[in-house]
Amino acid sequence: MPTKIEKDSVTGQMTTGHEWDGLKELNRPLPKWWIYIFYATIVWALVWFVLYPSIPGLHGYFHGTTGYSQRSAVDQDVAAVTKQRSAYMDRVKALSFDAIRKDPQLLAVAQTAGKIAFANNCQPCHGAGGGGNPGYPALAAGNWIWGGTLEDIQQTVTFGVRSGLDAARNGQMPRFGVDGMLKPEEIGQVAAYVMTLYGKPGGNTVAGEKLFAENCAACHGEKGEGKREVGAPRLAGRAHLYGDDEATVVAQIKNPRLGMMPNWNARLDEATIKSVALYVHALGGGE
Amino acid sequence: MLLAAASRGQRVAKIGQAERVRQLEAEEAGDHLFANRVRVYPKSVKGPVRRFKWGVLIFCLTLYYALPWLRWSRGPGQPTQAILLSIWHERFYFFNLEFWPQDIYYLTGLLIMGAVALFLVTSLAGRVWCGYTCPQTVWTDLFMWVERILEGDRNERMKRDAASMCFDTVWRKSLKHAAWVFIAFWTGGAWIMYYVDAPTVTVEFWTGTASTEVYFFTFLFTATTYLLAGWAREQVCTYMCPWPRFQSAMLDEQSFTVTYQAWRGEPRTRGKRANSAGGDCVDCGACVTACPTGIDIRDGIQLECINCGLCIDACNHVMARTGRPGWLITWDTLADQASKAAGTHTPFRFLRPRTIIYLTALIVAAGVMTTALALRPGIGLSVQHDRAPLFVRLANGDLRNGYTVKIVNKAWTPANFVLTTPGLARAALTEAERTQTAASQLELVVEADSVGTFRVFVTGQPAGATDGSQPVDFHLRNTATGEQTVYHSVFMSPTNGAKP
Repeated sequence: MPTKIEKDSVTGQMTTGHEWDGLKELNRPLPKWWIYIFYATIVWALVWFVLYPSIPGLHGYFHGTTGYSQRSAVDQDVAAVTKQRSAYMDRVKALSFDAIRKDPQLLAVAQTAGKIAFANNCQPCHGAGGGGNPGYPALAAGNWIWGGTLEDIQQTVTFGVRSGLDAARNGQMPRFGVDGMLKPEEIGQVAAYVMTLYGKPGGNTVAGEKLFAENCAACHGEKGEGKREVGAPRLAGRAHLYGDDEATVVAQIKNPRLGMMPNWNARLDEATIKSVALYVHALGGGE
Repeated sequence: MLLAAASRGQRVAKIGQAERVRQLEAEEAGDHLFANRVRVYPKSVKGPVRRFKWGVLIFCLTLYYALPWLRWSRGPGQPTQAILLSIWHERFYFFNLEFWPQDIYYLTGLLIMGAVALFLVTSLAGRVWCGYTCPQTVWTDLFMWVERILEGDRNERMKRDAASMCFDTVWRKSLKHAAWVFIAFWTGGAWIMYYVDAPTVTVEFWTGTASTEVYFFTFLFTATTYLLAGWAREQVCTYMCPWPRFQSAMLDEQSFTVTYQAWRGEPRTRGKRANSAGGDCVDCGACVTACPTGIDIRDGIQLECINCGLCIDACNHVMARTGRPGWLITWDTLADQASKAAGTHTPFRFLRPRTIIYLTALIVAAGVMTTALALRPGIGLSVQHDRAPLFVRLANGDLRNGYTVKIVNKAWTPANFVLTTPGLARAALTEAERTQTAASQLELVVEADSVGTFRVFVTGQPAGATDGSQPVDFHLRNTATGEQTVYHSVFMSPTNGAKP
């Protein structure tokens, strides 16, 4: 309790009246300018409450008289950026690949857009720079299953692989083991023969060669060179989608893994897909 | 230096002590943390030193204002300005030399040379840089000249400032500031011309089409010139500039500095005439009133002294009028002064350990710079291996690595280059999206005065590469000039390497 408010003889200030074992406290109020600014901020806050979304309710919230929304602000920003980019992207959409490649500036823009779109959408499976992963083809190496021209790439990206669309790359391979089309020992013989196609030493491959010609050559080719029309991968090369050891080859014949790729036309616009095609084509495998 | 100053005797050291005590008392009484600024009204002087200083001033200003207008032919498409620091185009031009951002280390060399040269000159002749060629001194001198023309000399200006405002004072001061701003603007404008083509920017400036940066920096340097040369003046030298604080490390007893010959001048004989028992100094204060930093040179070498020597002219004038020999204040060394006080003479020693060290450092720096400049390559190569994928395996079993190759062509004409990787067995190079067939060498064209960026694929089957990586050298050759350069990179392969 304040006991005795008095004037301090040294400073000329009034004390607060509190005393602790002889120690007294000077009364030094906050500066006026500080107080007024504090009041002004309170007024400012009230104005803010009215103008902007502020008070939460059980079903929604008070939107404020200005109706400001961060979501719509983002939408506006995105629309503005899209409009800004449309100067180039409209041309990417309208022009043929040949025409785009003849315009170095447009090509640079498209490849940059493609690089960003690739990093956001394709990289998780196909790897940075299109290096590929087991089950996900390496795009930089030129081991194309469905073709490596710009148009082929655009088609694959647009409709996907086994994505459920009729226009998709719908290659199929019979389940030779699961469906009982080949006996387990026959599968082993075919696998041994297939491995000789890429230089792995095999045992007796005469039976396997015969079985391959009867069952596999129609799609994969007589020498295992593959057939792009049906998406049958080349077997005779050194690059493999799932692996080149015996267990992997046997497993693939027995119950093929048929990887799928989404149709990106549901998510990316045509100009972006063409940009991605231009970027992927330039990774080193383009035809 | 301090020791030397003390050795000149208690008598000299005490000169001006009363004034210093008075200043300190005033500061304490005023409860100030900083010394109050004492306005300096330098009195104009005439004499050889002043004439020399005018000469240096005119030379420096002419150089500064005229240099941007000097033209230099470099061939079509190249800037025609002799000295141009084109930040926008990332090129510095000095007559026939062109510097790229990569060459910025030459600036380091230049700064080192500048610093060492400053040390050398200071150890020889004191702070002549401060007194004659420092921009702060040059422009302050110019501004004081304008002030003197419009407001009169020291006494008139002091009277004017002490009196109340009248019409005469107002128009003179207004005109003075207008003239200052005009000179400052001229200075700021000339500064910009070192960074953009002078005739072009002049037209653009007055037609309102110059860039915001041009206007900003012109007015920024106008403002700094006006403030530093018009208002701050000696405060810059005394408080802002670090140079006075460490000049004592360069000076020694053999440095040729502006010196009051105390052995001749003391004791001062105010009011008395020649043939009296006193020294030559008549304590008229002419040296103090002439000083642009407002100090008393008779206190010896001090922090504020910029070694301009205007006090010499002022004193010579008084000595002549009182019929005494001139050069009571002169250029001399502390060592010689000590000798002269004892009736002998110490000749000036140009070669001393410190000057030899500075001179050697200067020669070495200049030699290294010149050699580096002479051997500067006209081409450059940088090869960056792809971070991902490190390699790809092709259907035929070959491995392929991707690289980003940057080729610098400093020539003012396009250049043809050949890129090879001789160390890599059966290596084949392709440029992405351009060359169809792999070849052992790649022909690349780089535009004039630019950097060409290329995506290059190297296909190889590294024999016995079991550690996942092997070094590979990229050789670049200019087919026209034969100039070559090499960049060390790596060729990546699977770590187990056993896979065929």
